[in-house]
Amino acid sequence: MSARIIRLTVLGALIAAACTPGTATVQPSAPPAPAVTGVPDTGPITLTIWDQEYGQVSRVWDRLNAEFEQRYPNVTVKRVKRDFNELKTLLRLAISGPNPPDVVEANQGWPDMGQLVKAGLLLPLDNYATAYGWNDRVSQNVLAVSSWTPDGKQFGTGNLYGYTTMGEILGVYYNKQKLVDLGLGLPTTFDEFEHDLAVAKQAGEVPIMFGNNDAFPGIHEFAVIQDRMAPTSDNTDFIFGSQGTQLSFDTPANLQAAATLQNWAKAGYFTPGFGGGGYQDAVNNFANGQGLFMITGNWVVGDLGADNRDFGFFVLPPKEAGAPPVSTGGAGYPLSITATSEHPDAAAAYIDWMTSDHASDLLVPTGQIPLHTGATASTVEPGTVLADVVAAAAATTASNGVVPYEDWATPTFYDTLTASIQELMADRITPQEFVSKVQQDYADFQSSRT
Amino acid sequence: MDAEPSVASRAVAVGSRRRPERLPGEARRIGYLYIAPAFILYAAFNLLPLGQGVNTSFYDWDGITPGTWVGLHNYTGFFTDPAIRSGYVHVLILMVFYAFLPIVLGLFLAALLSRIRIRGLTFFRMLLFLPLVITDVVTAVAWTWVYDTHGPLNTVMNAVGLGHFIPSQGWLGDFNTALPAVGVFGLWGSFGFCLILFLAGVMKIPASLYEAARVDGANAVREFFAVTLPGLRYELQVVLVLSVIGTLDTFDEIYVLTYGGPGTATTVPAYLVWRRAFQSGEVGSAAALGITLMLIIFAVTYAINRLMERGAEP
Repeated sequence: MSARIIRLTVLGALIAAACTPGTATVQPSAPPAPAVTGVPDTGPITLTIWDQEYGQVSRVWDRLNAEFEQRYPNVTVKRVKRDFNELKTLLRLAISGPNPPDVVEANQGWPDMGQLVKAGLLLPLDNYATAYGWNDRVSQNVLAVSSWTPDGKQFGTGNLYGYTTMGEILGVYYNKQKLVDLGLGLPTTFDEFEHDLAVAKQAGEVPIMFGNNDAFPGIHEFAVIQDRMAPTSDNTDFIFGSQGTQLSFDTPANLQAAATLQNWAKAGYFTPGFGGGGYQDAVNNFANGQGLFMITGNWVVGDLGADNRDFGFFVLPPKEAGAPPVSTGGAGYPLSITATSEHPDAAAAYIDWMTSDHASDLLVPTGQIPLHTGATASTVEPGTVLADVVAAAAATTASNGVVPYEDWATPTFYDTLTASIQELMADRITPQEFVSKVQQDYADFQSSRT
Repeated sequence: MDAEPSVASRAVAVGSRRRPERLPGEARRIGYLYIAPAFILYAAFNLLPLGQGVNTSFYDWDGITPGTWVGLHNYTGFFTDPAIRSGYVHVLILMVFYAFLPIVLGLFLAALLSRIRIRGLTFFRMLLFLPLVITDVVTAVAWTWVYDTHGPLNTVMNAVGLGHFIPSQGWLGDFNTALPAVGVFGLWGSFGFCLILFLAGVMKIPASLYEAARVDGANAVREFFAVTLPGLRYELQVVLVLSVIGTLDTFDEIYVLTYGGPGTATTVPAYLVWRRAFQSGEVGSAAALGITLMLIIFAVTYAINRLMERGAEP
């Protein structure tokens, strides 16, 4: 009897569960441009926002939300803070449930926004972009990394699915006092930078403060070197995948970049024991005066203090002196409108507000980089580390030298790249093995797309 | 005329009127009603998701858009995917630390403690049990400090002149020491549990058995194998099953200590399930991995129980 019950139950559970997972998708069409911009005064509106901000940025968001409600008294902003993993998993369920979010903050790239577009969860924003003039406020590459064909199969082209005016940039922080003590000036070429590393090492200093236990920091060390070796457009084409299997990670430039990174590790240019060291520990140690350089992104400005004057920041210099600055970075998390939002016009007005000059004035002191033209950065004090970061980002953006993050290239690229860089830096694989391994991931994904 | 019904026919009549008494403990239909509340909850929160998991494992699914039926393809990864294979190899190595060593050490100490009286034993027992009371994530974070370049482990090693044994990339950053370092964390966590269970078991063994063994001239080793070990059979079975399941399920400490790195030196199946399901959108593959892991746990548990029971027969 009990055995029969068990069999019946298992069978029942299987039948109940047996259907194709995921629901059929309907691609939403772009809502028409609103006759007037701003929130229509058509009775009370509740806008539900899902975002993944925390710390200082989160407090600025609360303030901006309150100001938005004051501006449009018929609007109530309901903010839901979500971890990104959670956001991606729950969005599908939430959209069919009661009280779906109207605006979500999603990551770009194949693993994230690409999937949401493919599933028909986001609205094309093109008509809003025209109505609010978003296209003219930021450079083309900021829009491109949020652009997809409606079927989610082509990246970097098609409709606009997200918008932001805030961005990120990778570069080199330096300890001003230490640079002076070592008798060094700011490097203007890549060779000079490598020379500085050698000098620092010779003097018993940690040349680059670094901890790679968290795996992601390695991507950034590799990226800034790669930016010196490969033409700027290479990486953009690579992540967009527009040329399918035509492009390869196995290029002489990438090989050279991998060899350089491995040599730096072998030469002891990174913190001893970096493999087991934590990222946050490295940042804290650097903030406490250890190490000459630290290669990471604008986001640690908050840890160092926006008004800090002991540290400076520059984009890793080019091979030839005077060449335009190039660095990895670009648009931060963009804001998107969900396909089921009942108030897309109000949601668009909200996105416009969160990307306004006023919003950027409040966000920049938290270490975020303004990407829009005419950003005054009036809240930045000259001579601070924040001023350096903002200036470096502005110069890089102006010369069209912003390279998108490489881990957007395939859904599994982050895992493949982080693990392979750890192996490369520990001298477990050769630079050639490294590029072949990463290329394998890329080739697998590109051939699965066709 | 009315004849008295025969004895036999009366018995039949009685039988049909009054059914024989139910044996105590025999199942009655009303029993299903009693278990219904618990069963419905169990079905809704365990069986149904399990069914969905099995179903999902037959699809190539990114978690959002409709999946494509791929049959058993996701399961072939168990044999062909090097990431999965090395994950299971890592789990086997971890088993030495999570199951084998704690049991051996626990048995040894339990045997020792059975022979001598220690003052304040309750206090030491509490100390040993403490790692189990605190959640793994918290203790793992504390252990990242133990393994830190400037942490207590290296400080002690440097102080006693063993500094050159410290791996240059740190314990958790070196490809050779990362997995054993995770293992030592597990050993620290499960050793106390084993010892507590064995100590409780030892106390239950009648003192007369030890006396008899000593009268027969058994030394400590002989006494251990003749009296203590057989007496601890059930504790051993429980510890073995729990620690083997615990090893196969290892996730928290990997997530906190190494993120599966350096490279892929510490990836384990449960970590791959999480990464594929929630990071890279390979939900079908993650489900197949999870189901495989479940079947392996079933098989291993069954095997351990069968072996221990067979061993129990004289």
